[in-house]
Amino acid sequence: MSQSIDALREAALAALGSIHDNDGLSAWRAQYLGRRGAVSGLFGTIGSLPKAERAIFGKRVNALQGELRQAFEGREALIQSQRLARELEEGEIDISLPAQPRRRGGIHPSTRTHREFQQIWAEMGFQVFQSRDVEEDEFNFTLLNLPPHHPARDMQDTFYTTDPRVLLRTHTSPGQIRAMRALGAGGSKPIRVILPGMCYRQEQVTARSEIQFTQVEGLAVGRNIRMSDLKGTIAEFAKRMYSPDARVRYRASYFPFTEPSMEVDVECFLCGGAGCRVCKYTGWLEIAGSGMVHPEVLRNGGYDPSEWSGFAFGMGPERITMLKHGIQDIRYFWGNDLRFLQQF
Amino acid sequence: MLVPITWLREYVDIEVPVELLAERLTLAGLEVAHLRYIGLPQATVPGLVMPRSDHLVWERDKLLLGRIVEVKAHPNADRLVMALVEYGGGELEQCVTGAPNLFEYKDQGEISPPLWCALALEGATVWDGHSDKPRRATLKGRELRGIYNKSMVCSEKELGISDEHEGVILMDHDERFVAGMALADVLGDVLLDIEFTPNLARCLSMVGVAREVAAILGTEMRYPAYDFLAEGAPIAEQVAIDIREPALNPRFTLTLLRDTKVRQSPFWLRHRLKLIGQRPRNNIVDVTNYITFELGQPLHAFDYDKLCQRAGGLPTIITRLPQPGEQLETLDGEARALGAETILVADTAGALSLGGVIGGGETEISAETQNVLLESAAWNNISIRKTLREQKVHTEASARFSRGVHPSQAILGCQRGIELMRQLGGGTIASGVLDNYPAPPPAPTVALPIARVRQLLGMEVALADAAAVLRRLEFEVAIEGDVMLATAPDFRLDISADAVVGQADLIEEIARIIGYDQIPDTIMADEMPPQRENTAVLTEERIRDILAAQGLYEVINYRFTSRESEAQLLPAGAPMPAADSYVEIANPAASERNVLRRTLLGNMLENVVNNGRYQASQQLFEIGKVYLGGGALLPQEPQRLGIFLTGARAQPWWQEESPAPPMDFYDLKGVLENVLAALHIEDFRYERGTQPSLHPGRSADLLVAGERIGSFGEIHPQVAARFKLTAAPALYGEFAVAPLMRQQRRLHKVAALPTRPAVLEDIALIVRADMPAGAVEAVIRQAGGRLLKEVTLFDVYMGEPIPPGKKSLAYALTFQDDARTLTDKNAAKIRKKIIGAARHRLNAELRS
Ligand SMILES: [Zn+2]
Repeated sequence: MSQSIDALREAALAALGSIHDNDGLSAWRAQYLGRRGAVSGLFGTIGSLPKAERAIFGKRVNALQGELRQAFEGREALIQSQRLARELEEGEIDISLPAQPRRRGGIHPSTRTHREFQQIWAEMGFQVFQSRDVEEDEFNFTLLNLPPHHPARDMQDTFYTTDPRVLLRTHTSPGQIRAMRALGAGGSKPIRVILPGMCYRQEQVTARSEIQFTQVEGLAVGRNIRMSDLKGTIAEFAKRMYSPDARVRYRASYFPFTEPSMEVDVECFLCGGAGCRVCKYTGWLEIAGSGMVHPEVLRNGGYDPSEWSGFAFGMGPERITMLKHGIQDIRYFWGNDLRFLQQF
Repeated sequence: MLVPITWLREYVDIEVPVELLAERLTLAGLEVAHLRYIGLPQATVPGLVMPRSDHLVWERDKLLLGRIVEVKAHPNADRLVMALVEYGGGELEQCVTGAPNLFEYKDQGEISPPLWCALALEGATVWDGHSDKPRRATLKGRELRGIYNKSMVCSEKELGISDEHEGVILMDHDERFVAGMALADVLGDVLLDIEFTPNLARCLSMVGVAREVAAILGTEMRYPAYDFLAEGAPIAEQVAIDIREPALNPRFTLTLLRDTKVRQSPFWLRHRLKLIGQRPRNNIVDVTNYITFELGQPLHAFDYDKLCQRAGGLPTIITRLPQPGEQLETLDGEARALGAETILVADTAGALSLGGVIGGGETEISAETQNVLLESAAWNNISIRKTLREQKVHTEASARFSRGVHPSQAILGCQRGIELMRQLGGGTIASGVLDNYPAPPPAPTVALPIARVRQLLGMEVALADAAAVLRRLEFEVAIEGDVMLATAPDFRLDISADAVVGQADLIEEIARIIGYDQIPDTIMADEMPPQRENTAVLTEERIRDILAAQGLYEVINYRFTSRESEAQLLPAGAPMPAADSYVEIANPAASERNVLRRTLLGNMLENVVNNGRYQASQQLFEIGKVYLGGGALLPQEPQRLGIFLTGARAQPWWQEESPAPPMDFYDLKGVLENVLAALHIEDFRYERGTQPSLHPGRSADLLVAGERIGSFGEIHPQVAARFKLTAAPALYGEFAVAPLMRQQRRLHKVAALPTRPAVLEDIALIVRADMPAGAVEAVIRQAGGRLLKEVTLFDVYMGEPIPPGKKSLAYALTFQDDARTLTDKNAAKIRKKIIGAARHRLNAELRS
């Protein structure tokens, strides 16, 4: 009898080894492990055996059944994994075919820089104060310590409207007066604002100069605002805007609405201060004009300059954007060529 | 202004390299834009980054000061001569040259007084004088028409001094000259090109710059001599002054030099004037220019005899405003009509010159002039600026007077000028200076407590140090306790008499000279103002993000346009805005940019047309101001949102069989509704469009909370045709931003997620073809009640089997109850109600 078990095992395993698909597996299982299969047949012969052999034979058939089931599962897993591998292989696509063109959209580079500015200044307690583009001569010049015929008026080529009292602001500085008057509560409250906005100058439009450009003006007024605060604040801005170890340099300068006045240079971030074409081989890039608010301007804003002081600064976002991205032509900004805009 | 370091050194000792000096000047507010080297090497200063100069450096052993002993004819060539040059070596160097300015010495024997030249020896590198482009050449020995020649007498071009190559450099004798000196020690120079801000009017001269240098370096200032040898008759007997407008002409001085000779100025004077870009003329005119640049006090020289002729006796110089219709022909040959505010220098016969600006032709110095009347005056700078604006003339004199020259300087210029003229041209100076100075301004004295300096700068400054800085700047400083009483020097006009402003003026001087780098960096200790959120800015930025996320690109345009351009945006017959509703530019950059825009449409159309050349499908937006004038002094400047869509809904792609259809009204409506949804604005509706630039049948007005805030839709076909935007619908919407900001819900409630399953039902209704879909949906929603959660129109159909004049609208309906699970039966009941309402109110039929 044991021969019949061995023969069956041999035949079954041999048959299983040649099976490669599900149908074969089902047929094999029916043939050997099914209710009417060969193993069941062996169980059926137990009754015809002598009593003494029954137990042993039964055990051996059980073992055979277990062995064949295991072999079946192994074979089944193998066939399934082979099939999966085949399917994966057949399902391969050309990953180099072009993507579906999704519309990306984009924010104008000038806006991007303004956002960066606004965020940095907001973190430092400076909030946005919006002021008007079409200004009175008085606010753009006279109240900023630039009376009519002042030599410094030559520094700015102004667009006048047909009403000689009204012009397009040449800088965001008239917003200083408006902010002081709006927020200063008659010269009794401190102020910390930035004034972003479009400015206008009657110039030849070239790769380097435009008739309209944006500026960000900053203004802090308080009872104890010091020039060292201005330096510290600008240095902090430079660290956040350019790099944590940006070096800053200050040059004495002149703006009618600040005194003392200074220009702020940051170490050229393109050459690390070693000198390059962009920084004109000086290692420095001019980033801001700044100074302590002139006493006359404080007065015109409603403050007593013997009690109050302040600082102000002005920056040009387009210039900074140009430096950062190596943009050679300022006319790109208002040209709105999608081939330019899509690069941001 | 160009400042030769050799000239500057006459007034101040400079021990630091010129590169470092330039840096110190720049940091102190005198911006040195450029250094121009003449012959001298560029120094490297540790820590200082500079553009590298590519100039010619004169080799000290090969480029020498030579003395031309004799000039001989060349034996074989008429157009060449041989200069015999002593240069400190054993023999005379024989240079063959064609320099025309040596021919007058040919075969004249030994030249006396000594004539000096720039001698290049064999092996020296110079610029090639014959090359148009800068090209270096090294001197080699060679035969020139039979005479061996190995050295050269140089022109200015060959040495890199100027472009002059007409003749060689010939220098007058100078006691300091020794044959064989390195040329670098004689003509070597560095020119500082300094740019002056308007507050530095006092620095527009060599002495002015030298004062700053002395203050910055802490060295002594050496002023030029102002005394003069006056041996003639008293000036007051020979001329008179009559100032009629002392406010415009606060001071007028005159000196007289008789029996002088007008001739060419000596080499040193011509050389200095040429270095700073001035053309030498004659010794008299050159001195007036020289003093202008040396002291910053412009001078004017008259031919005294011509004045006497005009006066028919002793002249009286009158300064006055013009008479109506008065004219003057100035030195530049221009016959000028004189405006009412132009201050004139005149005599009894009429106008002589525009005071402080330019002289008249008639009384100018000529080769025959023997007697020179020298004017040195002071002028009101505002008055000069008005003259400049009116006369459109700019001179070195007007550049200084228009920025302000202190009247105290007039007398110095007069004295220094007349003495220099005497030295160069000979003659006798009249005794005394005729000086009319009706009201000398008091020098402002500022009381400055040291505490104020410390407080404003945030820096510990010792009282003594602050006072020392001011004294270096020539303030007179008295100290009373902790207060400095500083009196401004007489050359400064920029120190205010106002107590607080004057303090700021002085604090700036102290900080500038100590150096801004010495001020510490601090964090503001001052009270922080209350922090407010700026809703306008946040909303704008939010809208930008929403639109960019939908694939739109932000544009920012010129705010300029023209009425004609804006007229192009309207169909024929539509009324234009009133003329005065535009902000009009008086001095526009171009005629098509002579007003400010009243709509964003014009710019955006232009953008689309420009980009259309290479990109058919475009989605753009702009958020920016428009300017609505009329009535008030200043216009309103509301912020607008413009959206422009045109072209295919999607770009072509290899998986799509056919190109995507063009975007239409509903695409724009979708973009808009996303904006409204993102701002949580729910109270809005549409009405038929009223914007004349848009297609009346294919546009809508947007009303938010009942307020009409903008229009959108297809551009009017007549307008679109003008811009050749006919290939696909051009879709545009423009909206006021402020109402969006006001109506947005910043804090909206979030609904709980449904826990019960939804029941989905479809329904198709047949209605009149002209029935607005919005009306159908409204009826469905109303009838559906609170359990009808969503209504989605998924098909609009006309044609068989739908009867003519009708259309079928198919909706997917979602029913859901948050409290219980709806059954199909519940849903069917509501559906029935909806069908009933549609039948009753819309005369609709259910499509089966
Ligand atoms: Zn650089």
